[in-house]
Amino acid sequence: MPTQTKAERDWNLLFACWLIASGSALGSLFFSHVMGFAPCVLCWYQRIALFPLVLILPMGLFPLDAKAAKFALPLTVAGLLTAIYHNLLYAGLIPESIQPCAQGVSCTENYFELFGFVSIPMLSLLALSSMTALLIIVKRRND
Amino acid sequence: MNRKMVFGISAIVLVAGFVIASSLYKSQRAEKLGFMAQESASTFIRDHSPMLGDAGAKVYIVKFTDPACETCAVFSDFVKQAMAAYPGKIRLVIRYAPFHEGSSDAVRILLAAKKRDKFWETLDVLYASQEQWTQHHQVMVDRVWPLLARAGLDVAAIRAEVNDPEMNRIIQQDLTDARTLDVRKTPGLFVNGKPLEPFGAREFKELIESELRSNYPELTR
Repeated sequence: MPTQTKAERDWNLLFACWLIASGSALGSLFFSHVMGFAPCVLCWYQRIALFPLVLILPMGLFPLDAKAAKFALPLTVAGLLTAIYHNLLYAGLIPESIQPCAQGVSCTENYFELFGFVSIPMLSLLALSSMTALLIIVKRRND
Repeated sequence: MNRKMVFGISAIVLVAGFVIASSLYKSQRAEKLGFMAQESASTFIRDHSPMLGDAGAKVYIVKFTDPACETCAVFSDFVKQAMAAYPGKIRLVIRYAPFHEGSSDAVRILLAAKKRDKFWETLDVLYASQEQWTQHHQVMVDRVWPLLARAGLDVAAIRAEVNDPEMNRIIQQDLTDARTLDVRKTPGLFVNGKPLEPFGAREFKELIESELRSNYPELTR
């Protein structure tokens, strides 16, 4: 197998990031539109960070522009911070009394747990942290 | 394979996956009979619950009834009118809520009749003759026996069966479900899981019609 050039590797990393973003966006739409789970406020903040990536990242893929990582990172970091907060809240490590979503759907509502522990906030955390990691790698390689 | 193809195929696979998963999920839900997709489905309909009407109907009326309840008898006619007006589109499910004193005896008769496929005839006879076997909201089961012949039942055989302990379990299950669903008066009516609130004949017709419209879009044309 021929060794990848730097440009190929950058492209692959950004593409992997786009795959995660698109899969997560469709997954969250599946939860809300198909299964009928109403997204809570924190879920919406994470979606705001997630959805634009689906459209922005391809702009860095065609033609390859590693700067896309720089522009996408603020979104994934903001989403990741929200996801961390959401997971702490969900796990009960932050008391419910200070949660910002008293009205509407509770952010600790347990809609769905895959294998008993993979919750929706957990899926979001996994997606946002892996995308952040990929984008940091791309950015470091091009700084 | 060039990058654009990889990207394009990935996008198509993702969207196709979404579409397929959605339709799979929806058909699975449809199989579980509309509103019963929700986890509380079995609270509305148990395996022992008698059902009337087309199995493919999309509008389910769940009626918690007491055979001695006069309003239940009146609403029975409303249900029949709606089912006649929209053939094949409405299904009726009967649940037992014997709140009157002695009513569970009447429910036992219905359960025995159900085994002989005479449930609906017997229910109609009981509704129609309420004033003959109830007095001051109490059921006098001895006055029910002579009426059963009208439903084509063998009275002696029914009398021998009404002490089946399995019947207690069924009645208790229905009473538990009634409590879960906040049914405290009869008839307790639900149309596709939506409770009849506020209670009323006109409200009932409107609720049925709104469920018919949302499940049969062709009716709105």
